[in-house]
Amino acid sequence: MARTISYREAINEALAQEMERDQRVIVMGEDNAGGEGSPGEMDAWGGVLGVTKGLYDRFPGRVLDTPISESAFIGAAIGAATRGMRPVAELMFIDFMGVCFDQIFNQAAKFRYMFGGKAVTPVVIRTMYGAGLRAAAQHSQALYPLFTHIPGLKVVVPSSPYEAKGLLIQAIRDDDPVIFCEHKLMYDVTGEVPEESYTIPFGEANIAREGGDVTVVAIGRMVSMAMAAADELAGSGVQCEVIDPRTTSPLDTDTILESVESTGRLVVVDEATPRCNLATDISALVAQEAFGSLRAPIQMVTAPHAPVPFSDALEDLYIPDAQRVANAVKATVDWER
Amino acid sequence: MPDERIRKVTMPKWGLSMTTGKIMEWLVAEGDEVTDGIDLAEIDTDKIAGALESMSDGVLRRIVAPAGSDVPVGATIALVAPAEVPDSEIDEAAAVAREQLESGVVEEVAGPTVGSVEVDGRSISYATLGDGDEVVVLVHGYGGDKNSWLFVQEPLARERTVHAIDLPGHGTSSKDVGDGSLDTLARTVTGFLDALGISATHLVGHSLGGAVVATVAAAHPDRVRSLTLVAPAGFGPEVDADYLRGFASATSRRELKPHVGKLFADEGQVTRQLVDDLLKYKRLDGVSAALDALLATLLNEDRQAIDAAALLNEVRAPTVLVWGRADRVLPAPAAEALGDRASLIHLHVVDGAGHMVHMEAPSAVVAAVESAIKEV
Repeated sequence: MARTISYREAINEALAQEMERDQRVIVMGEDNAGGEGSPGEMDAWGGVLGVTKGLYDRFPGRVLDTPISESAFIGAAIGAATRGMRPVAELMFIDFMGVCFDQIFNQAAKFRYMFGGKAVTPVVIRTMYGAGLRAAAQHSQALYPLFTHIPGLKVVVPSSPYEAKGLLIQAIRDDDPVIFCEHKLMYDVTGEVPEESYTIPFGEANIAREGGDVTVVAIGRMVSMAMAAADELAGSGVQCEVIDPRTTSPLDTDTILESVESTGRLVVVDEATPRCNLATDISALVAQEAFGSLRAPIQMVTAPHAPVPFSDALEDLYIPDAQRVANAVKATVDWER
Repeated sequence: MPDERIRKVTMPKWGLSMTTGKIMEWLVAEGDEVTDGIDLAEIDTDKIAGALESMSDGVLRRIVAPAGSDVPVGATIALVAPAEVPDSEIDEAAAVAREQLESGVVEEVAGPTVGSVEVDGRSISYATLGDGDEVVVLVHGYGGDKNSWLFVQEPLARERTVHAIDLPGHGTSSKDVGDGSLDTLARTVTGFLDALGISATHLVGHSLGGAVVATVAAAHPDRVRSLTLVAPAGFGPEVDADYLRGFASATSRRELKPHVGKLFADEGQVTRQLVDDLLKYKRLDGVSAALDALLATLLNEDRQAIDAAALLNEVRAPTVLVWGRADRVLPAPAAEALGDRASLIHLHVVDGAGHMVHMEAPSAVVAAVESAIKEV
């Protein structure tokens, strides 16, 4: 039975159901358990924004509070995964990944390949990305393109509570390292989510809205911007097909290409900075594979090539919004040779 | 005091999740004579389009909500009254209805109530509508659920208590189907009757559910008052095995949509929402194993494994079959496939309907159930 819960609750429920189902699933991260010896130990923090709250008491010994040393605990999680555990490590902000790049890029991502398929690394690294929390340049980036670039990693960017639960369960059951990117502004977003466990396969885009005029591919939180723009544009007779790839690696190229083949127009909405991001990647795909279908130049809606500003006013301008998506759609529709 | 002869036509609640409906087209005009059961309007829900039938006789005096409008469930969309009711009274009633529509404040319509019972260690979910003495139990087909009766449950419930159940492996019931045999599924139905203290009932089953209720009727003649089988499994060997296997194995919209299309005479009936809901169901833990297990019950290589016609020979209850002429999954059988009791069984073949007769031609299914009940 589906009921309405938040993105935060959907992630918590996915963790709880998988911990219940499989003893090998453990959770580890900074402040996951309130801090060793702290008065908060019994009523754990549940991570910096409370996503894992309640798990510490429910699964004794399986929610590990880690020191503030990303390279140490991410390395420990990856090592545990190679030895048969299924750790879900919470790396507070995606911006801190730099501290443990070697563990992720050069170790976890390479094991299966370098050991001839005999080693698996079923680790999930949950992390927060995205601007809008007034947290400045070091805590606000949308860095999922960095991980998408690395063969051997799977990269998930859920756009709703339903997506978050099904994709996280899939991530935990997957035998490869998965980077699970949660937008920090979405934790209170609510939606219908089944109570039962379910999985959403990787590499399977969701067509969030059907339409015949323009294909709008949007990543993570940008799906809601694309949907808002599509609602507005429908009023003026422009029908957008909104595609949420759900995972940036693997990427469901077929769904994107089939849609562009029918609409002839593409807008890609990506919160990441514009060089070598998903917008450029998907634009290149379509330019190469569906050039003959295009009736107008591809439009990309992204953040500017700049750090996320600390000024509220500038940060608001930095993040792509529904109006910018709508303008880009109009530009493709109005384009004349 | 409004004239009691003025009957409101309201937006129906077709299924648990429906909150609004869109009037696509009025099939009758103001001033037209209407009778109970005739189609008044085409209504589009987020799941599927259906025809709203008149519940009374009279003249359609006013259309309150024009074609194209989105209307909350329960809101008055038209008024039916005898010709002799003066226009002034109709105008007054229409004004009240329009005001209600514009304010958006509509009394909550009591949709089906959902419950669950424990049968053979499994949780069995069901939706109940109506509170009459006669009890009807609706059993869906392979991959379906209690919501597939959305157009049928309401009209049947006007004078009866109508339960629509989720078989094991389906809807929100437990996903374990045991050996997946017809006997196991039939035991679920009798266990459900036991749990609700229902001694005898009218059974209606679609497709696989048709074979299930036929099994119940053969094994427990004392508990089954009438039997309505809607495009049931087990009448002749022919089946679109590719459909069944394709439905079971599809994991994406792209794979699933063409299969779902085969269920309908008019593939335009297959909305995005319908396919998405099916995908959401198929992603639940345990569903894939359940559908695979039931496939073995339905198929023997590329032919039907079930022989429901043989079961019908044991059935004593009045039996009515209803089939869509355009059924591409289980084609309508020749009369001889109905078994020894063929002469006692009524077979209605409905034009313009595929395998999902109860969605494409709900009034034919309602009429079939009513006729089976009348024969008791």
